[in-house]
Amino acid sequence: MTTASDFNETAPLVRPGVGGGLTDVFRQRFLLKLLVRKELQIRYKGSVLGLLWSYVKPGVQFLVFYIALGVFLGLEKSARNPDGLANYAVYLFSGIVLINFFTEALSNAARSIVGNGGLIKKIYLPRELFPVASVWVSAVHFIPQLIVLVVACVFAGWHPSLLQLVAAIAGFVIVAMLATGLGLLFGSANVYFRDSENIVDMLLMVATWTSPIMYSWTMVQSKLGASWYAVYQTNPITIGVEAFHYAFWLPTTDETAPMPPNLLPLWVPVGIVVSLAVLILGQWAFRRLEGRFAQEL
Amino acid sequence: MSVAIEVQKLNKQFVLRHTRSLKEAIVWLVTGRKGDISKKFHALHDVDLEIQQGETVALLGLNGSGKSTLLKHISGVMLPDSGSVRTRGRVAGLIEVGAGFHHDLSGRENVYLNGAILGMTEAQIDEQFDSIVEFSEIGEFIDTEVRFYSSGMYLRLAFSVAVHTDPEVFLVDEILAVGDEPFQRKCLARIKELSAAGKTLVVVSHDLELVSRICDRGVVLKHGNVVFDGAIDDAVAQLRSQV
Repeated sequence: MTTASDFNETAPLVRPGVGGGLTDVFRQRFLLKLLVRKELQIRYKGSVLGLLWSYVKPGVQFLVFYIALGVFLGLEKSARNPDGLANYAVYLFSGIVLINFFTEALSNAARSIVGNGGLIKKIYLPRELFPVASVWVSAVHFIPQLIVLVVACVFAGWHPSLLQLVAAIAGFVIVAMLATGLGLLFGSANVYFRDSENIVDMLLMVATWTSPIMYSWTMVQSKLGASWYAVYQTNPITIGVEAFHYAFWLPTTDETAPMPPNLLPLWVPVGIVVSLAVLILGQWAFRRLEGRFAQEL
Repeated sequence: MSVAIEVQKLNKQFVLRHTRSLKEAIVWLVTGRKGDISKKFHALHDVDLEIQQGETVALLGLNGSGKSTLLKHISGVMLPDSGSVRTRGRVAGLIEVGAGFHHDLSGRENVYLNGAILGMTEAQIDEQFDSIVEFSEIGEFIDTEVRFYSSGMYLRLAFSVAVHTDPEVFLVDEILAVGDEPFQRKCLARIKELSAAGKTLVVVSHDLELVSRICDRGVVLKHGNVVFDGAIDDAVAQLRSQV
């Protein structure tokens, strides 16, 4: 972008409205920052509890799942139930925070283009900003939940290794890339077909249960067999959740619980590759579709 | 002098789609694409236009002639079906000012957000901030949420941000009816100042008196075709003869 000061006798003639995709978002960091700040400011506007809602909602969700699954369905390990998962509460919560981040990021990103239609129709700016801002806002909302998780882990005797912390970061990056990629894809498709929002809602409902958030991966392996389990395992959310279990839950136990084989050497790289592929696909689809946003909105 | 805006053989068709649901589109595909799912409308037809740096050009025409569509192509909001549009330097639109305003933010926050949307950097906004507030005559209300603003205050602030973006090419779409008369005069003075400073201006307006005061050159569009391109007074006369 040119600054105001240089009068462009010599600037080249360029085609307006043709951007550089996600790299433009990086160039427009200031605008991204303002968009994220705006979203954060208006999110809880006019509500009494304000930002506290970011704690209350996952708190209630956690409690319900913990009682229903951990206590009633017997996933929690206890004297009468030795086959259960030790520290099931931490196990459950470390998965929930990640899937909550994914759910919020994707559902907002998928609506972001139509939601900002008024602006997109009138002024040219890199439209990738809106889905990216949605994911960013969700990442900010993820932080208080992460803090609660860490506090809970510390009370449960958390002693992570450096490798485990790196795994957590990798898990988060995998899920963030996946949400951005799918957000670009469904966000741009939503301009043409509003069905896209409903597909996303359905996908998110499925995503919560196709990863070992509530239950243990060993249950899946014993029911599906090795080859179908490998398919189950290629889901980037599954890999992200397992990385979180490895980082937050495992170090609060006696570390005898089995982790999915080859999680770090094989599955984490697979997750990164799959998420990156989805991100590239999303960006490609977005660029194919964005040329007609202004007239379709 | 060099070319600021170059439009060559620009064509744009709009698809007037009747359906927004996947179901109907699939049914249409499955039933052998019978009937036309959409109607097409030629908004711009082989438009050629070259605007030099520092020119002040009015795009004239009746409703639906394609003026605003052409402006949207120059700003990059729309892309041509065929032909090309090229611009030199930064282009900013005074198109429906306030498009990037958010009601729940204060005037100050909106100045930053809108400035950034219109392509200003943080340093530029910091530098121009006092001048923006002064021009808008908002004064102490700058830290109030804009939803408490009167419509006049809202437009004044939005206009003020837009004229401070300082691009090479200004696109102006029907916004000169901003505020009360003294403010309108101030806006006009500001626009003349910009053109005197060598900025390129492209104006869309139905107010023929006004555009003939601001612009030197007029381009008349009719059903997506350029039917006249010349001195503003002749262009206005040409348009009046259409009615």
